Amino acid sequence: MSWLRSTAGEVLGLFVDDTGFALAILVWLAAAWLGLPWLHLPPAAPPAILFGGLALILADSAVRGAGR
Amino acid sequence: MANWTHAGPSILAAFLASLVEFVEAMTVVLAVGAVRGWRGALAGAGLGGAVLLALVLILGPALSGIPIGPLQLALGTLLLLFGMRWLRKAILRAAGIIPLHDEAAAYVREVATLRGSGRIAAGWDRVAIGAAFKITMVEGIEVVFIVIAVGSAGQGLLLPAGLGALAALAAVVLLGLALHRPVASIPENALKFAVGVLLCAFGTFWAGEGMGLAWPGGDWSVPGLIAGFLVVALLTVRACRARRAVAGGAA
Repeated sequence: MSWLRSTAGEVLGLFVDDTGFALAILVWLAAAWLGLPWLHLPPAAPPAILFGGLALILADSAVRGAGR
Repeated sequence: MANWTHAGPSILAAFLASLVEFVEAMTVVLAVGAVRGWRGALAGAGLGGAVLLALVLILGPALSGIPIGPLQLALGTLLLLFGMRWLRKAILRAAGIIPLHDEAAAYVREVATLRGSGRIAAGWDRVAIGAAFKITMVEGIEVVFIVIAVGSAGQGLLLPAGLGALAALAAVVLLGLALHRPVASIPENALKFAVGVLLCAFGTFWAGEGMGLAWPGGDWSVPGLIAGFLVVALLTVRACRARRAVAGGAA
């Protein structure tokens, strides 16, 4: 069973090494998926908001990492 | 028929990501071959390659049975988790916050470990086969994920993405045969930076498609997203350097 746990850990590690960073991405995607259709924005706005949030999460996490 | 606004970046993403991963795998396979013999090293690497190929051939077509909307959202989410993690690390490396990966040093470490792992068995050397198999699987599974994720979210992209990965494998094998030592001179972090940007752009596009968003310009949003993530990443490198300088000055 230990090899199975180790393989599962390796696969999970492909996607998550900083839990807070991964959670922020997931929460933003869920918020965009569930929230954007309700806002009745012009068609070009939701994709820009989706990109902007992801870019902000990336930049914030990297800059925080640089300060540690 | 694959659309070239997707197929071009798909091939590029699969090629560059595979190049980085195969170079890392080749370092260990070369060390195994040099210390424990080429028979076990090549057998282990070949076995790993066959398992990875089987995974692509089984999982790729299997995903085509899933409705495209949920599939794009799921693969886009996974690509974003994978690609943003990769790009964040490349940004921190480019800013000098975490050290660059050194293939020559990795080779020396691996040789030392293998020299201390017991006598070389006559016939098939289990240590050599195991070490070469493990590194091929560990590095190759990332290639499999990228090929499947990039290739399955869009119509007809699995073959171009697979060809990109195979071209990288051929390039690395040829380099290995020519050099007989680790490929230490490729700009590995620049490649990882580029792959991270491409994966983030694809992930955002597929996730948005899966959510039912209308991308301005349709497929032409992909190059726009690539440019957007590139600009954000480059600006973040500068911000990280400035943050480190401030933190260093305060300490």
